[in-house]
Amino acid sequence: MSTTAPAWQRATQHRLFWPIVALVVLLAVNTINRPSFLSIRLQDGHLFGSLVNLLKNGAPLLLVALGMTLVIATRGIDLSVGAVVAISGAVALSFIASSPSPDSLTTVLVAVGIALALSFVLGVWNGFLVSVLGIQPIIATLVLMTAGRGVAMLITGGQITTVNSAPYKAIGSGFWFGVPVAVVLAGLVFAAVALLTRRTALGMLIESVGINPEASRLAGVKARSIIWTVYAVCALFAGLAGLMISSSTMAADANNAGLFIELDAILAVVIGGTSLAGGKFSLSGTLVGVLIIQTLTLTVTMLGISPSVTPLFKAIVVIAVCLAQSPKVRDLVAARRRRAAPTAAAAAEVSA
Amino acid sequence: MAGWYDPTTLGTAPRSHLKEESMFSTTKARTRLTGVLAGVAVLALAACSSGGGSTDGSSNDAGGDGGSGDTIVVGFSQVGAESGWRAANTKSIQDTLTAENGFDLKFSDAQQKQENQIQAIRSYIAQGVDVIAFSPVVESGWDAVLEEAKQAGIPVILTDRAVDSEDETLYASFIGSDFVLEGEMAGEWVSENVATEPINVVELQGTTGAAPAIDRKTGFENATKDNPNVTIIDSQTGNFTRAEGKTVMEGFLQAHDDIDLVYAHNDDMGLGAIEAIEAAGLVPGEDIKIVTVDAVKDGMQALADGKINFIVECNPLLGPDLAEIIKKVVAGEEVEKRIVVEDQSFTQEQAVEALPTREY
Repeated sequence: MSTTAPAWQRATQHRLFWPIVALVVLLAVNTINRPSFLSIRLQDGHLFGSLVNLLKNGAPLLLVALGMTLVIATRGIDLSVGAVVAISGAVALSFIASSPSPDSLTTVLVAVGIALALSFVLGVWNGFLVSVLGIQPIIATLVLMTAGRGVAMLITGGQITTVNSAPYKAIGSGFWFGVPVAVVLAGLVFAAVALLTRRTALGMLIESVGINPEASRLAGVKARSIIWTVYAVCALFAGLAGLMISSSTMAADANNAGLFIELDAILAVVIGGTSLAGGKFSLSGTLVGVLIIQTLTLTVTMLGISPSVTPLFKAIVVIAVCLAQSPKVRDLVAARRRRAAPTAAAAAEVSA
Repeated sequence: MAGWYDPTTLGTAPRSHLKEESMFSTTKARTRLTGVLAGVAVLALAACSSGGGSTDGSSNDAGGDGGSGDTIVVGFSQVGAESGWRAANTKSIQDTLTAENGFDLKFSDAQQKQENQIQAIRSYIAQGVDVIAFSPVVESGWDAVLEEAKQAGIPVILTDRAVDSEDETLYASFIGSDFVLEGEMAGEWVSENVATEPINVVELQGTTGAAPAIDRKTGFENATKDNPNVTIIDSQTGNFTRAEGKTVMEGFLQAHDDIDLVYAHNDDMGLGAIEAIEAAGLVPGEDIKIVTVDAVKDGMQALADGKINFIVECNPLLGPDLAEIIKKVVAGEEVEKRIVVEDQSFTQEQAVEALPTREY
């Protein structure tokens, strides 16, 4: 990236250029399809509009993807987040449903506390399997991925637990100074993670563990505790996401809550430019990735296509973004352009 | 009607909702066992003249103290736990087919996947249960596995949802609501009470391919097609769940400015739609009217609160009826191919009245 290159060329070489282009294209498609898409209005002191909905619905995915980014940066992966989402919602709603006063703030705070604590413990379990026992992350978290939904079913007794509780509902549908609570919570978590990893040495230590755990251990980095911590934190975030998801419908669906959210989260991380091989990670990239996935889901619904085919469109975007990001494809395209130029000149000569 | 809502009154209260009136009466164990064997033989003959009947006696222990010693092993494959209706349905079946009532219930949850149900039915066949009962998640694709059950001489009873097999001998009986009628009731109410001026309707369909989704759509269309004021502008599946109902409704609200009424194939999708409508800053029940089918507790509460405008009931308490039919089938008695559960409907005022005494 030489300083003499024109500004636009430098921009296209930025690792987030193509993801942002994809996001802008998606937003443009929606705006063309429906001009009022970008409008945001204030009603009863609350913000309303498609973009607000987009952020609100994307909040749980952002939380899960943030945790996933940290885990992936340590060269790991956490497949159990979807199950943790289900467990967290199941625990919170079952507690509220069984309490005598579901509308009291204390009940809800205790329910949230229990759910988050349990999520954290599940994360500690994952971290223990990976960092202490040295089990491969994909296997270690697969255990909880498959078992977790069973646990959630056990908690809810195989039923969809529903409750009516105003304070709990606020987590998913409430507003804080006009902004949805879910967006505020996700924003705060994002800011905290960004501060902790980018304003302290923690981010660099995580990256060093991801690049070479053995070398970083020899250099004095506590690789084991770092790996253990990221799994615990990842599950904690997933637990918070589970509270939002269950709160937005006020129902704990052990089978379907957070189903495939682990794949969406991994997708968001990859779209954002963090390599699955570990090492360097980009939180802003993850944010863009989450927005792309969320906008894509909304676009598919708005265009009147059945939600069941959304995965197909996700796959197309992933392929496009991954190809655009791949250095090899870029080299090929560049080489083609170089070759095409002289051929065109030669063709012009012949015809003359 | 009060006894009808009580799943514990198995075999004691008159079942006025059944088209078929005769009741199974408890008999002495010895005659019962003979009846069972004869019944299976008759069934096997009537079915396909394959030499079935051996699967039955093995699971009936002949201890004779007033009939309760004969345990009927029932394999039940439930669709899943997608809605409050399903929860009530599951509870009704589990509470009725108990050991005290003379049943050994093997219950499995298919998590809304046909392959899981087929697997469950195959395992029931392998275990040699006396009767298989299930709510088919979709209408089509059951012929092969039902044929296997028939070959094994195990009678199959469909609950709640139908299959589209042309060969009616593949199952003994289908017990459940008339979904087309439910759709028609919803459509008639809309046509008479809301569609006095032109309205735009969006439809939240059930699981694609499921009998209630197909029939409730058909019924609604039948009842509204003669009213030029009703325009169905969009229709998509919300898979009978709250979460998907909410997502799809959000999409509808994005895509259309002028939605007057939502017709949801079950309460849970309607409840999800309420969330989406509120999130868009509109008032459910007023700005956008909502009509649903099911009448589960949360739906009735929303109806009483004025967020839903009309609900057609679909009774989930099939347990007592199922138990009765199973006993008849095992005893070799004639059963109706189609047993219709009668449903009612609720307006907001009726919901306020009915809520305190509702059992589900």
